[in-house]
Amino acid sequence: MDSIKQAFDLLFSLDKELFQILGVTLRMSFFSTSISCLVGLPLGTLIGTRQFRGKSFLKKLIHTCMGLPPVVAGLLVYMLFTHYGPFGRLNLLFTVTAMVIAQCVLIIPLVTGLTASFVESESRPIIETARGLGLSDARIILLCLSEGRASLLSVVLNAFGRSIAEVGAVSIVGGNIQWKTRVMTTAIMLETNKGKFSFALALGIVLLILAFIVNAAASWIVKERADG
Amino acid sequence: MKKTLAVLLALVILVSFAACGEKPAVDTPAQTSAAADVQAPENPVIRLSTTTSVNDSGLLPYLLPVFEQETGYKVEVQSAGTGAAIQKAEDGNADLILVHAKASEEEFIEKGFGVERLPFMYNYFVVVGPKDDPAGIKDSADAATAFGKIRDTQNKFVSRGDESGTHKAELKIWGDNAPDAAADAWYISAGQGMGACLSMASEQQAYCLTDKATFLSMQAELNLDILLEQGEDMKNTYSLIAVNPEKIDGLNTAGADALIDWMLGEEASAMIAEYGVAEYGAALFYLLDK
Repeated sequence: MDSIKQAFDLLFSLDKELFQILGVTLRMSFFSTSISCLVGLPLGTLIGTRQFRGKSFLKKLIHTCMGLPPVVAGLLVYMLFTHYGPFGRLNLLFTVTAMVIAQCVLIIPLVTGLTASFVESESRPIIETARGLGLSDARIILLCLSEGRASLLSVVLNAFGRSIAEVGAVSIVGGNIQWKTRVMTTAIMLETNKGKFSFALALGIVLLILAFIVNAAASWIVKERADG
Repeated sequence: MKKTLAVLLALVILVSFAACGEKPAVDTPAQTSAAADVQAPENPVIRLSTTTSVNDSGLLPYLLPVFEQETGYKVEVQSAGTGAAIQKAEDGNADLILVHAKASEEEFIEKGFGVERLPFMYNYFVVVGPKDDPAGIKDSADAATAFGKIRDTQNKFVSRGDESGTHKAELKIWGDNAPDAAADAWYISAGQGMGACLSMASEQQAYCLTDKATFLSMQAELNLDILLEQGEDMKNTYSLIAVNPEKIDGLNTAGADALIDWMLGEEASAMIAEYGVAEYGAALFYLLDK
């Protein structure tokens, strides 16, 4: 109960650091989600609509990657961007960019796999009709994406949810640096390690409120467009 | 490919078993004769809440098996930053604490959670940094002087920033000159454990205040050197505090007292004084004069 009150006090206190952390969190999640969807939605649709050799192996691979532990994704990206790593010269370790990259490693398979399953099960009639009309693959992908937007929205929100709630990868590649790479989840970890459990829980509630607002806004936009 | 992987995996498993199995056999004096006639205490589980540095340095895994064998107790160690370690005890989730932050310890006792603060060993924090020491802190008289030079030259400095014992010690050294993480870009407040901070300092070629034990245990993977040690303001004192049974119920006070008595006793003292000598050529912890 104390934490709920604290959460609202925090939000209404307009604490500068809290809003800076929320800003980084949203920026990171926005880019992770957008990039993952830009890659994963078309890729998933392509896999879902086409028949080719090795398709079932590819799907198994994607489904395995959907279960990739975030810490492992973080480590992979850390190894790539570490000072003596192959991309060390880019100086990207401990930046928001590195966090977005690590999250994309996690989320692209998620979006691709979910989209492929969805397209396979729901879009078959659309695809058959479109093929009958002799439309190109690119047109078919666009058609599937636009026809299934309500279901695809849930894929996008899934991606967003994973991004905003993820802590393992971002703490490794981001480093949880104050005023720079600290996001809500790593801030919650930090407060927990400090022993400030009720404050940590309050931050968790703030994060949930943020996620709720984003979810509500996304559903509203899709509904408006469908109605209009 | 598969075969190579399997062989590698088997090797890794073997090596880790060997590493785990060897240590106690080499480090602990033989206690087997006494173990046979030890009667298990009524409540055999002792919950010890401690800081990462004591546990990660390997000191507790080295001491506790001997205590357990002699007394029949089983010690469950929870390690976290000092702040969390103390909070867990205040929440009734530990029977005693072993920490290193005097002000927090005194507050813990003042609030009635602790019985008595028993400082028993110490070591020194060290300042580590890039091997070429760009801020030139090597011959500083103490850490405060070294920090002043880092500040003047604006070299990067990684701070724990997590209210741990080490972080509090660092803030005490900065004193009134504490940098502002929001304004000073060279001051990196990482909010992570000692190991993660040292890796970050190595990556960014930054300075860092650390306990010596953690640094030595990671030195092979770090591109950093110890640049300053044993300044008077770098002393790091560890204390044991039993949780107050009048404040919190369901404690294993008999167990906590037994562990404290043992830790302050001659055998443990001798073991602590010896710890690290074989591996690093110098002791990692020193005993306080009683």
